[in-house]
Order: sequence, then C-alpha cells, then structure tokens
Amino acid sequence: MASRAFFMRQVVPILFGIACLLAVVVAIELLIRLGAINRFIVPYPSEIAGSFKRIIVEEDVPARFLLTTGEALAASLMLTVVGISLGALLHRMHLLRLATETWIAAVASAPLVLMYPLFLVIFGRSALTIIMMGFVSALPPVILKTLEGLSTTRVVLINVGRSFKLTPSQLYWKILFPSALPTIFVGVRLGMIFALINIVGVEFLINFGGLGQLVNELAERYDLPGTYAAICFVILVSVVFFIVTERIERWLRPGT
Amino acid sequence: MAQTGHLTAAPAAPNIWAAMPLKRRVMWLRIALLVGIVAVWEAVAASGLLFRDVVPSLLTVGRSLFDIVTKPDYKVTLGGSEIWIPEFYRHLWVTTGEVATAMTIGGLAGLVIGLLLGTNPFLSGAFERFLYYLGPTPKIIFFPIMIMWFGVGPGSKVAMGTISCFFPVVLSAAAGVRQVESVLIRVGRSFRLNSWQMVTKIYLPAMRPSIINGVRLGLGVAVIGTLLAETKLSNQGVGFLIINSYSTFDMPRMYALLMLLFMVAIGANALVGRASRG
Repeated sequence: MASRAFFMRQVVPILFGIACLLAVVVAIELLIRLGAINRFIVPYPSEIAGSFKRIIVEEDVPARFLLTTGEALAASLMLTVVGISLGALLHRMHLLRLATETWIAAVASAPLVLMYPLFLVIFGRSALTIIMMGFVSALPPVILKTLEGLSTTRVVLINVGRSFKLTPSQLYWKILFPSALPTIFVGVRLGMIFALINIVGVEFLINFGGLGQLVNELAERYDLPGTYAAICFVILVSVVFFIVTERIERWLRPGT
Repeated sequence: MAQTGHLTAAPAAPNIWAAMPLKRRVMWLRIALLVGIVAVWEAVAASGLLFRDVVPSLLTVGRSLFDIVTKPDYKVTLGGSEIWIPEFYRHLWVTTGEVATAMTIGGLAGLVIGLLLGTNPFLSGAFERFLYYLGPTPKIIFFPIMIMWFGVGPGSKVAMGTISCFFPVVLSAAAGVRQVESVLIRVGRSFRLNSWQMVTKIYLPAMRPSIINGVRLGLGVAVIGTLLAETKLSNQGVGFLIINSYSTFDMPRMYALLMLLFMVAIGANALVGRASRG
C-alpha cells in the first residue's frame, strides 16, 4: 500500500515529465516535417540525435571534455586553496573581516566574467585566461561560505577544545575546521559551479579550449544539428557535474 | 615628606588605536586598504613589469572615465532640437532596455510557472527537476540558437537575458509558494477567494521576500547574459563598448568601462536588496 502511494506520488510525476519532454521532441519533429518550423533554424531532433556520434568522433569530444574538465579542476583547486585560506584569515582577523566582508559581497554581485577581455590582454588567448576567469569569478562565494562556516561553529565545541588546552592551531584543525567543513563545501560547490559556467562561457566567447569552443565552431560552420548536439552535450556535462557535487554535499550534510 | 629616589613610571601613552570606537577603526582600515591598493596599482603601472598600458595609471583611467561620462560625442534629436550627449549613455540605454525587457519577460514567465509548480505537487514532481538541473548550465552556449531564432539585433540579447533570469526566478517563486503559511491559505479559502484573488491577496504578498530574492539573482544573471551576448556579436550596448576597447587596445577606456559597469551592477543589486528589506 505504502509502496503504491510512493509510486503514485514520486514515480508517476517523473514519468509524466519525461513523457512530456519526449512528446515535445516528437511534436517539433512533426512540425518541422510539416513545414511549420523552418528546418534551417531548428533541425530535426532525429538529425540532432544522429549527430552525437559524428561530433564525438570527428570533433574529438573526449579530448575537449578532458580539456574543459582539466581547466575546471585547476580553477577549483585554486578556488579551494585560496578561498578557504582567505576565509580563514578573515575569520581570524576580526577587524579586517568587518572592513572587507561587504566589499567581498559586493564583488560577488558584480558581473566579473565581463573582465574576460582584460584577462585576454594580461594572460593572452590561452587556457590560463580561462582558468583565471573561472577562478576569479567564483572566489567570493568560497570566501563568504568559509567565513560563515567558521563563524557558526557552536561555542560549546570551542569551549571543549579550550578545556583540553588545545593550541590555537589544534583548536582550528580539530574543532573549527571539521565543524565548518559542510558549510565550506557548500561554498566550494557553488564556486565550482560558477567556475564551470564561466569556463565554458569564456571558451565559447574567445573560441579557445574545449566544449565551449566546440559549440562556437560548429555554429560558425552553420552545422545546425552538430551545434544543437554539442549544446545538449554541454548541458549533460553540467547536469552530471551538478548532481555529483550535490551528492557529495548531501553526504557531508546528512540533515539537508 | 616627599618620596624621593623612586623613578615613577610615566603614565603609559594612551593607545589611540585601541581606544578608538570600532566603527572608526573599520573606517580607517578601509581607507588604509584603499590607499594600499592604489599604491600597489601605481607601482605596477610605473614598474614596467607588464606590457605597456596593460595596467595604466589610475590617473589615466580616471581621465578616461571622466571622458566617457562627460564628453559629448553623440547627437540626439529631442523635440526638434539637437543636443550632444556622451555616447556611453546611448549604449547604456540600449543595454538597460535589453535587460529590462529580459527581466519583464523572464521574470513574469518565471513567476507564473513558479506559482504553478509551487501550488501543484504533481507538476512540481514532473518538471521542477528539469529546471533545477538546467539552472546551473552555462546559458551563453545557447547564444548561437538565439541568433538563429531572433537575429543579430537586440532580440537575441533580450532572449539571452530572458533565459538567464528565468531559472532563478522560477525556482525562487516555486520555493516561495511552498513557504507560505498554511493558515494564510486557509483564511483565503474561508473567505471563498477565487484563484486570481488567492494569488494576488494571499500568495504574492506572502511570497515577497522569495520573489525579491529571485529577482535579485535573476537581475544579476540577466545583466551577465545580455552583456556577454553583446561582447560576442553586437554593434551597440555596454558589452559592445567593452569588447571594442579591447579590439582597439584602449586599456584605460576598458578599465573605466568595467569600473562603471561594476558600479552600476552593484548599485542595482543593492537597490533591489534595500527594496527587499523596506
């Protein structure tokens, strides 16, 4: 009985959603075949599906995927090290925190990715520009979340540490950091998502690198099915990345 | 008898820094940081460590900024009379128009769909997952499609802004509906309000913080989506001005434009934030 209720409440809506998605795809295919939609603007969905294999083989998608992943990992690593360090520094230096926290929050709301022409001038049209752009635009949330995590450590835990006469370093590594880790990871995850978005975006804009460049190149060649297929591939990669990081976050924060 | 032979310690000089109120110390630290940043910038500009003009002097950037906002170099006809204004305002007007249109279309669509998803668990279970996972994808990759659908003019930029802002608004609205207290909904039902009245008298007022939060997030990404599209393919707008400065290697102008843009974006964000608290 309970399993039937679960099926009706959880599984049926999902199946309905997937069915609707498939119905839309079929409707588009039919509308193009009937001439209601211009096939030179929207290619046949069947043609897009058929293009996946072609672009994976001909456009060397695995190598591009690895390049984008590598850039995202490099930016994420820098984000994690620099962001957490700066957050910890601000937590330790209260006055500096009061002076700069609102600035960091303001920077977080600024469209930093628009600085990519500046980065092009400084670092050239290279992977470094893409990595640095991903890093800079994703840094503020990591700093702010680290700060939040360290600041919201329960006082009782800190008092326990002090009662054991822990040194400041021990107090940090044994109490503060483990307690703040779930919140810090929320920041790192946000940062990684921002970094991936900006990395693919800048690859597309400067026509250099991995998956973003693939979309741009196919669009410039007016390979419509290929462009749509490449966009679907990028979406797939983003969704997988998002789900994986979400699972890790849930593992770290079981209550959420 | 006066005590002699003892050197009494002079009273310790009062520690001015420690005695200062916290707010003033924060202010002084901010000033010191700003002075430090300016000094480092000027030192790098003068050092020749980087290619010439990559980091121009702040004075040059300031001059460029002043020119951008004050130098009248564009003719406008208003009510039959011709006036000259800085061209930057024309581009700012174009970008503002594109972002405002995108926010209107994407925001309204997001609000309506968010209300539907939030009030209907079946629809939410069917479709919200797709929106949740599509939200963090890089929207700029849709730009080639938007060009094919809406052309190379402002339409494709508006479309980019629209799809950028739609996701944060729809997810915030859906979450906001679910946070409306059930007692308010019961009160509405007990007064036999129809669906429209329920939305306008109960849901929307109760969802105000969520909606404003969504609009705030949506505005940020709509600005980014629109401007990135302008840098990719456009002949007007602030994004075009920035990429044009890059193409002509006019670095002081590029820095000045970026500063202006950040000031406008941060200001707009702060305004929406203040509205949410007001």
